[in-house]
Amino acid sequence: MGQRDTRMKKAILAAVAAGLAAFAPLSVVAEAAAPAAPVAAEAPAATTAAAPADAAAPAAAPAAAAPAADAASAYTPMAPTKGKGMPTDPTSGEPGAMLKSMHFQDQYSANGEYALWMHDMILLPVITAISLLVLGLLLYVVVRFNRRRNPVASKTTHNTLIEVVWTIVPVIILVIIAVPSITLLARQYETPPADAVTIKATGYQWYWGYSYPDHGDFEVVSNMLDEAAALKAGEPHQLAVDKRMVVPAGVPLRIQTTASDVIHAFAVPSLWFKMDAVPGRLNEKLLTIKEPGVYYGQCSELCGARHGYMPIVVEALPPAEFAAWVKAQGGSMPGEEAAAPAAAAAAPAAAPAAAS
Amino acid sequence: MATTAEGFDIHHDHGHDAHDHADHKPGFFARWFMSTNHKDIGTMYLIFAIIAGIVGGAISGIMRVELAEPGIQYLQWWAQFMGGGNDLNTALHMWNVFITAHGLIMVFFMVMPAMIGGFGNWFVPLMIGAPDMAFPRMNNVSFWLTVAGFFSLLFSLFVPGGTGPGAGTGWTVYAPLSTSGSKGPAVDFAIFSLHLAGAGSILGATNFITTIFNMRAPGMTLHKMPLFVWSVLVTAFLLLLALPVLAAAITMLLTDRNFGTTFFDPAGGGDPVLYQHLFWFFGHPEVYIMILPGFGMISQIVATFSRKPVFGYLGMAYAMVAIGVVGFIVWAHHMYTVGLDVNTKMYFTAATMVIAVPTGVKIFSWIATMWGGSLQFKSPMVWSLGFIFLFTVGGVTGVVLANGGIDDNLHDTYYVVAHFHYVLSMGAVFSMFAGFYYWFPKMSGRMHSELLSHLHFWTFFVGVNVIFFPQHFLGMNGMPRRYPDYAEAFHFWHQISTYGYYIMAGSMVFFFVNILYALAAGKKAEANPWGEGATTLEWTLPSPPPYHQFETLPVITDAHDYHDHRPATA
Repeated sequence: MGQRDTRMKKAILAAVAAGLAAFAPLSVVAEAAAPAAPVAAEAPAATTAAAPADAAAPAAAPAAAAPAADAASAYTPMAPTKGKGMPTDPTSGEPGAMLKSMHFQDQYSANGEYALWMHDMILLPVITAISLLVLGLLLYVVVRFNRRRNPVASKTTHNTLIEVVWTIVPVIILVIIAVPSITLLARQYETPPADAVTIKATGYQWYWGYSYPDHGDFEVVSNMLDEAAALKAGEPHQLAVDKRMVVPAGVPLRIQTTASDVIHAFAVPSLWFKMDAVPGRLNEKLLTIKEPGVYYGQCSELCGARHGYMPIVVEALPPAEFAAWVKAQGGSMPGEEAAAPAAAAAAPAAAPAAAS
Repeated sequence: MATTAEGFDIHHDHGHDAHDHADHKPGFFARWFMSTNHKDIGTMYLIFAIIAGIVGGAISGIMRVELAEPGIQYLQWWAQFMGGGNDLNTALHMWNVFITAHGLIMVFFMVMPAMIGGFGNWFVPLMIGAPDMAFPRMNNVSFWLTVAGFFSLLFSLFVPGGTGPGAGTGWTVYAPLSTSGSKGPAVDFAIFSLHLAGAGSILGATNFITTIFNMRAPGMTLHKMPLFVWSVLVTAFLLLLALPVLAAAITMLLTDRNFGTTFFDPAGGGDPVLYQHLFWFFGHPEVYIMILPGFGMISQIVATFSRKPVFGYLGMAYAMVAIGVVGFIVWAHHMYTVGLDVNTKMYFTAATMVIAVPTGVKIFSWIATMWGGSLQFKSPMVWSLGFIFLFTVGGVTGVVLANGGIDDNLHDTYYVVAHFHYVLSMGAVFSMFAGFYYWFPKMSGRMHSELLSHLHFWTFFVGVNVIFFPQHFLGMNGMPRRYPDYAEAFHFWHQISTYGYYIMAGSMVFFFVNILYALAAGKKAEANPWGEGATTLEWTLPSPPPYHQFETLPVITDAHDYHDHRPATA
């Protein structure tokens, strides 16, 4: 019995291996189709260089140490990097731009990289293979079983074995898809750690407000730039805004969304992030951006006339520069906040304690 | 106990001598406005669907032309044309009105009337050997409610809807955009339009269920029923169970809008997400309502032109039942980004992927039906082959979107637009053209031109693929749906997509010329123009069938199987 089991197991493994091998050439094609490969290879290198806070800190330290007034003037919006955090223009003339425009944007969050991997290595090969299989079978029956070549039709009406096979095989394929899919969902729903930086994005008709409850609760109101202003700033029109949502890179962010009038959706494709902003609700999700950069997104739930004119720009800065930006906005970092208004905060806190 | 119906003679007297009693037709007004004849009502539904399709298709043309270039080119003109102001907000509101009208018209006034009202009315009674529908007068009510619904929707375009004339809420009518977000009567008229169309469909559904359960020819068991009848039966159940939920949801919208309730308003303890749950509990079965009759038609056509019985008949029938049942428990995959908890999202991911299994069974069974067959590539067959391939392409992108984690990127992008147009604009519409060319000779008594139908097929096939395949790229690259304007990076593929629209629109000329040609000068159609593969009961009747058919019921004997219902003597 045991021996038989192991033999069964081996047979199943062999079958699975054969199945995977069948898809392998396709995944190679998929990779070849996405010239993002060299870019993706570079990205981790850049991440390791820039993301750790201590590597960036020396550079940023003088800014942070400078008086608040200087820091305010020190912040200038980061210039976007072409091809990073924005859609690819197939007509830009850059090599590979055409193919890149037919694919997802490069990903700058761990979950985004995982999701992109899952799409490119599992979903795309599987759906391509199925479509080609059906196309191939159709072409075959058209050529082989047309009236000229096959004047007399067979009378076959069923075949239990083949019906069972074409029911079971899709089930197996779906189970293979489900494993990474469920894993991806679990990762996307990880609870943000207690010290995650909270940013609350509020959708309004038709602009976004970003408030920073951990940093003195100031709100940044973000409106789309018109075409002339966007071009002047060297940013893509329709995507550029006057005030960005500035966040620290490399640290966990607790993104919250809500809305004040109708439903909006906060979406940034290059971070694989989309969450509806629903009036009366506070949605929350963990996001960690791997490296500094400018990441463009757009409102993704129909919200009225100017739905297409309320883009989102996330600017991820090294943590020290983020701290400087917070100061420039009149906010404070969590530690300082506790120190400065300590006297004021202590009194109300003490009062209930005394009462009880 | 004299009945008024007897005294109410709507029949003209002519024709008694010349015609068989079965072909005794009432006068024009009585025949077309007080109709109780399933074939006449079916014809009216088809004409109505074609008119609505022209309107809905023209609106998509307006949208594609606008989208050919970034920036706003024509919307301001349209806003003024529709009686709105000259400001940008009104122009942008017009965009939302167009997407709303396009969606509602295509779903409720084109696909559903054509599939269920048109082909269902015409061929369910013929295929089961019944003289008419079970409730002929209610059948007429269904049709005119649908027409009234269409007029209510058209009327909504000319009354204020917030930032401009018309309802700009999307076909999903999400609260609070549809409640506090849209002042003015336009949204009320749009909602009322759905009420009317929904009521018409519920009446139609009860009619089909009663007809199929009670009026099958003697000996035609459920397991000998043609698959098209199976598909309409399953569809009717979906309509009956799903539409009341929509009716409830949109009634709550109306009371939120007009009577101060707060079902969907958090300020009063309501929840906007509740509306989405209710809407999609209806909305997901609705997408199967639109495609299941197509499945049935493809099964008939593939069997006919392969000269072979459908492969795995029971599997095919129960795959449709399974799709119908599972279709009711996957709704929240339309809501992956609203803030569902992780377990809910995992469940809906898994449940949604399950639907791929019965759908796969159908695709493979169609191919197996052709396998070993003697295929003849008449117009209905080429449209069916196109359907099988394009529906597969649309289906597999559905498997991608089923994954809640992947959908976090693709939700509300053009990838979704591409997906559902592949299954509807290519799935449902291809099956409708297949069915139209299959049954046109039966309905009209005239043969259409095979050349024109093939030209129509090939140009339409190229056109819709050029429209919608690049939309996958746009979606993956980040283009959100329901946008009139976009960043320069999206320009190229939008432009290609618009070229595809021109090809598609041009191809429709072949369709209309073909109909006119056939009606004016087409060859007379025989009872069965498709040869020995056409074995269902409608082909035993003359083309067109007499005004009243099966005055003597056909009998299905033990010698008949599910495939061949022709009388033994024939």
